Amino acid sequence: MSENLLEVEDLSVSYLTDTADIGAVEHVSLSVHAGEFLGIVGESGCGKSTLLFAIAQLLSPPAAITSGRVVFKGQDLVQLSENSLRLVRWRDYSVVMQSAMNALNPMKSIGAQFADTIRAHEHMSPVGIKARSAEVLHLVGIDAAHLESYPHQLSGGMRQRAMIAMALLFTPQLVIMDEPTSALDVVAQRSLMTQIKDLQQQLGFAVIFVTHDMSVVANYSDRVMVMYAGQVAELGETKSIFDRPLHPYSKGLLDAFPSVRGPRRPLIGIPGSPPDLGRPPTGCRFHPRCNVAMPQCTTTEPELYDVDDAQVRCLLFAEHAAPVATR
Amino acid sequence: MSVVPAATAGSDGAAAATAGSDGVLLQTAGLTRHFRLGGLLSRRMLHAVDDLDMVIHEREIVALVGESGSGKTTVARLLAMIYPPTRGTILYRGRSVHKLRSRKDVLWYRGEVPMVFQDPYSAMNPVFRVSHGVMRNLKLHRPELDGEQRREEAERVFDIVGLNPAADMLRKFPYEMSGGQRQRVGFAQALAVRPKLILADEPVSMLDVSIRAGILNMMARLRAEAGASLLYITHDIASARYVADRIIVMYAGHAVEQGPTEVVLSRPKHPYTQLLLSAVPDPRAKAVPVSADSGEPPRVIDPGEGCRFRQRCRYAIDECARVTPLPRPMGPSHDAACHVAVADSIEEGTTASAESR
Amino acid sequence: MSTAIITSDAETVDAVATARPQSAFARFTQAIIHNRKATAGIVILLILVIVAIFPGVFAHDDPQAAIYGQNLGVSAQHLLGTTQLGQDVFSQVVWGTRLTLIVTVVVSAIATVISMIIGVTAAYVGGLTDRSLSLLTDIFLIIPTLPLLIVLASYLPPGSVTMIVVLTATSWAFQARQLRSQGLSLRAREFLSAAKVRGERTSYIIFVEIIPTMTSLIVASFLGLSVFVVGFAAGLQFLGLGNSTELTWGTMLYYAQQGGALEAGNAWWALAPGAAVAFMGAGFALVNYAFDEIGNPALRPVRKRRVRKPA
Repeated sequence: MSENLLEVEDLSVSYLTDTADIGAVEHVSLSVHAGEFLGIVGESGCGKSTLLFAIAQLLSPPAAITSGRVVFKGQDLVQLSENSLRLVRWRDYSVVMQSAMNALNPMKSIGAQFADTIRAHEHMSPVGIKARSAEVLHLVGIDAAHLESYPHQLSGGMRQRAMIAMALLFTPQLVIMDEPTSALDVVAQRSLMTQIKDLQQQLGFAVIFVTHDMSVVANYSDRVMVMYAGQVAELGETKSIFDRPLHPYSKGLLDAFPSVRGPRRPLIGIPGSPPDLGRPPTGCRFHPRCNVAMPQCTTTEPELYDVDDAQVRCLLFAEHAAPVATR
Repeated sequence: MSVVPAATAGSDGAAAATAGSDGVLLQTAGLTRHFRLGGLLSRRMLHAVDDLDMVIHEREIVALVGESGSGKTTVARLLAMIYPPTRGTILYRGRSVHKLRSRKDVLWYRGEVPMVFQDPYSAMNPVFRVSHGVMRNLKLHRPELDGEQRREEAERVFDIVGLNPAADMLRKFPYEMSGGQRQRVGFAQALAVRPKLILADEPVSMLDVSIRAGILNMMARLRAEAGASLLYITHDIASARYVADRIIVMYAGHAVEQGPTEVVLSRPKHPYTQLLLSAVPDPRAKAVPVSADSGEPPRVIDPGEGCRFRQRCRYAIDECARVTPLPRPMGPSHDAACHVAVADSIEEGTTASAESR
Repeated sequence: MSTAIITSDAETVDAVATARPQSAFARFTQAIIHNRKATAGIVILLILVIVAIFPGVFAHDDPQAAIYGQNLGVSAQHLLGTTQLGQDVFSQVVWGTRLTLIVTVVVSAIATVISMIIGVTAAYVGGLTDRSLSLLTDIFLIIPTLPLLIVLASYLPPGSVTMIVVLTATSWAFQARQLRSQGLSLRAREFLSAAKVRGERTSYIIFVEIIPTMTSLIVASFLGLSVFVVGFAAGLQFLGLGNSTELTWGTMLYYAQQGGALEAGNAWWALAPGAAVAFMGAGFALVNYAFDEIGNPALRPVRKRRVRKPA
């Protein structure tokens, strides 16, 4: 088994405010192999975006990593100095943000922004820059003539693809994506996902894809991690999570999707709302909304338990197997 | 005070207007809205909606489905009298909506056709308690109630939408409520006026998936409990299928297909509807490979004749570039605006293989 | 198309905001106590208000009584010395507080109300109304204050009322532009569309739905304007354009100049009213800064938190 490309160990992130420290991510561990597609799924307030930013070392105050390591290609990114980080950023891993309109500079052409990015990390001749920029645009199916275009002249889908092209400028081994499709319509979304998967097969990079919409990653990811209230609720192969979800939250999420195909069934949804992270429930954080909660769920905090190939944080599986060796 | 002949609709709007004998509540004919782009002297017009004919009956849930730029939001705003149409008419219970002038008439319409907005975070004034909108609606549209009765009504509608205990919930401020709760307040406000037709503009798009189910179920219940019709505007065809009796698919300002939900979804006739259905992600189904379509809905500026979908359509023929397709019957109550779509054969009730034009 | 689900910013905001729901007043007083600038500013203004209401408590002499020796220096009986006519300077400063404060507050309040109505109406109604109101605002912005004052002073009786009228007329315009900008940014908020679709009248929407959401901007306008007005009013009175029989800090400066205070070596007579004006201005300015910080957490001073890098 080859060494993992990325190994996140026991990572915790808190928002340090005047009155209290609010834990946004609690003791999360995950690993990503080379070329793997990992989907991180959860609703608002679950901490998935915070986790992503923490992995990419993009947190700003009042958010801060309070424990854990992010080991990327053998180096703990959390301990690296800003200078050392710069060497790694964009070459070995890159980030695609949720909204291209927010991440792209509206005053500069696409080509100019690509050039800026390249120059920030490497010395390259203008000819080389142009060639490389055209090459990545071509990879995502955009005509190189658009190097002269401004962001507002491109459609939403094209902008998002330009962002992905920008992330591939140095053919990194890991691309981290924060809800890149949530601002797109269904058809553009499908087209973008297909494109990402093709590129992944072509160039061999690993992907961490954060989304609130499980169905988006269903047909593309190798493994899926479901987050709830800052913790990992379930982690496993995509197929098994969708065919046989173990955690009551994962089950509830899947049942909450109306489908266009197949018979109409009543939708159930999950009553209540995600907890206030400043005062999370005692015991299992999901118990107030869980329809199969047991008495011990209010007092005992479940660990992450191994069940076949998956990991579940639910007391229903406590006797099943020994807890995974994390905190 | 305008002088109105006795024969036409007078001061009592409700009595003078009638629903059609077939229970037609609202009907649009040739509804069109254009926006001028650029300055006052510019000639460029954005065609947000063109020639929309649609009908909503009593106690019916109709879904208006389209992506961004399809015109669905503009339709909602036209129906809500936020701005007038460029051409065409909207008839509500037989009366032309945009010809309503007197405050009494306008209030009558607004009291029967309220709107629920998309963004639960900006749809309520943060300065007031959540009871504000409900109380104002009661004051404006049900003046026969006194203070005590208004309070009771407010509690009643909060109960219907599932905000319990109502008395406590009414006193909260918006920031104390979650997104799902705020959307329920939006529906409570609409219910307070005893509506005939609720315009719901993407009411669940900004909510988490697990909360949507609750709101969608509530919407379906409203039709049964409050006897109201709903126009459900959305880009999510799956949720449209879940709640709606009939579905209207919009593309680039035109209605490209309409009909009973199950019929349209099981036998889509318009190529755009087919594309939309194939692109919807479904966690429980295998991904249907969709042809590498990376096109996007166009911004329709000064379009000429012709089908607006033709650039992305693999069935396009010459006629599609020359003649704008009009809706043609495909089956009972089912139309599609497409030159190549093939209607269901009436005898067999299945798709005929021969061309039928 | 903005159907994006709320992401991490809202995560924190929701988490933090729902942590402690208190009444607006409690939060306000909490904020003032925690913010040093606010506390200082409020203290200054409180002192001035008390002095304005009860001048007799602080200064026993009749400020106009010319009974003492002329141009006396600082002493125990005359904390700030005396004027050329033998009046007690300290007394004058204390008794002058009332009228100075009244003029400042009245001008700021009226100007703020006018600019609020005009600015928000222009923003919300738009179209021709907006254009005409904006034109009106621009006209008032360009009119030079001094010539206007001179013209008005020739027609109106000199005094505080004239000062109030002129100062109001010349200061509302700037605010109106600011409030119009803010109003424009609010126009897209869905709760305004919701109010319209409910059937509310335009005037209702402006006064009940829009203006209350702008309270912090309006208060900030009022405070900012006060800083400007107190100085400008004093300046105009110094030039002799006020009513010299009324006792304000500005008229004190006028008399100090007329009476050759500096040539006579009587520095305190000239400095004291000026310092008092600065003191009042500082009070308003400090509270103004604090309001900004309370309203917008991003402006608060970042206290360095110990962010320990994990071992």
